[in-house]
Amino acid sequence: MSESRIAQTELHAYLDGEVDASRRAELESYFSSHEDEAQRLAEYRRNDEALRGHFAPILDEPVPNRFVDVQGPRGAKLWRYAATFGWLLIGGIIGWHLHDVKRADPAADAPAWAKRAVVAHVVYSPEVRHPVEVGADQEAHLGAWLSKRLGMQLKIPHLDALGYTLVGGRLLPGDQGPVAQFMYQDPQGQRLTLYVRVNREHYKETAFRFAQDGSVRVFYWVDRGLGYALSGEVGKEDLLRIATAVYQHLNP
Amino acid sequence: MNDFAARIEELIPRLRRYARALTGERGAADDLVQDTLERAWVKRHLWRQDSDLRAWLFTVMHNVHVNQVRSRAASSTVYLDDETADAPVRPTQSDMLEVRDIGTAVARLSLEQRQVLLLVALERMTYDETARTLGIPIGTVMSRLARARERLRLLLAGETGSASLKVVK
Repeated sequence: MSESRIAQTELHAYLDGEVDASRRAELESYFSSHEDEAQRLAEYRRNDEALRGHFAPILDEPVPNRFVDVQGPRGAKLWRYAATFGWLLIGGIIGWHLHDVKRADPAADAPAWAKRAVVAHVVYSPEVRHPVEVGADQEAHLGAWLSKRLGMQLKIPHLDALGYTLVGGRLLPGDQGPVAQFMYQDPQGQRLTLYVRVNREHYKETAFRFAQDGSVRVFYWVDRGLGYALSGEVGKEDLLRIATAVYQHLNP
Repeated sequence: MNDFAARIEELIPRLRRYARALTGERGAADDLVQDTLERAWVKRHLWRQDSDLRAWLFTVMHNVHVNQVRSRAASSTVYLDDETADAPVRPTQSDMLEVRDIGTAVARLSLEQRQVLLLVALERMTYDETARTLGIPIGTVMSRLARARERLRLLLAGETGSASLKVVK
């Protein structure tokens, strides 16, 4: 019907102001003689305007604080997000682990927090450069800091008599709030972690319970409102001996 | 750095608008914005002082979104790419009946068409900025834009591709 129709992309380029002045003039004369194209151009323009109108109110919505919090040189806040990210990672690993746990069974009926303890052990114990956030050289600070974050007085057991020295500790996100993890190491580099969380569900004390996930063994128990899980890739008997020492240290 | 944070803060409403239009829902959009801001903050050393912060932020958001879509696609959904989008997604009669507003119509575009359309028409980026933000050639921007606008027009006009059924305006 019409000779030499323009390329569709050029029609849009015209609409978006992407053509230079001389071509612009040519296109204007083209549209004046091609009503169907001019109509479609007008329709595109109307739709663009409708699009902007439709989404415009979002620009006036108050910005949630969580967005503003992300930035700024406020290390603590950033750290909180970092913790969330770490948590997602841990969540992923838990999923992957649960898969394993079902097969290995002894841990299948372990409470979720004990499984988390195992995952935290798996995540941090191989760490070479940053196994802990606060080292044993600042033990007093470590204890005070984690006690404050968990909202309960924590004691850091000493296991030197069993050949394990304190490496330090870190704060972790638990399912219901902050959790503490202490790490110990023997002269061969074998590491144990003690995971401590506030037991909000019930304050009932429990006996030692045992679970195993792959090569990681864990003894866990509840004592005076705190849940403890001692994890390591050591024999069950050895681990029990150490868990007993931890318990005794906490209940002199 | 404070200046950087303040300037990013000014751009948050625009990031939210684009994210909302792109994902079509508030929750997913705000998650996208948050992930983008976190990533931008972590990667802030990569931003060059003299470059356009908005373009940089939108590039970050695009990359974050691509990753989100990819990980979601890996778990459940199959996303159509630009080349296949036109054929199976061509509006059917029942589609037409559901398209009530432009938001719904935009949601029916393929992701790649939507990205280009939103950056050009909503965010008013130049073709060049759009191409750099999405990491595609300008020619691709132009062809996707043409297809996106045409598809949107057909959806809103209530026309099928075959034009045999025409709803009176």
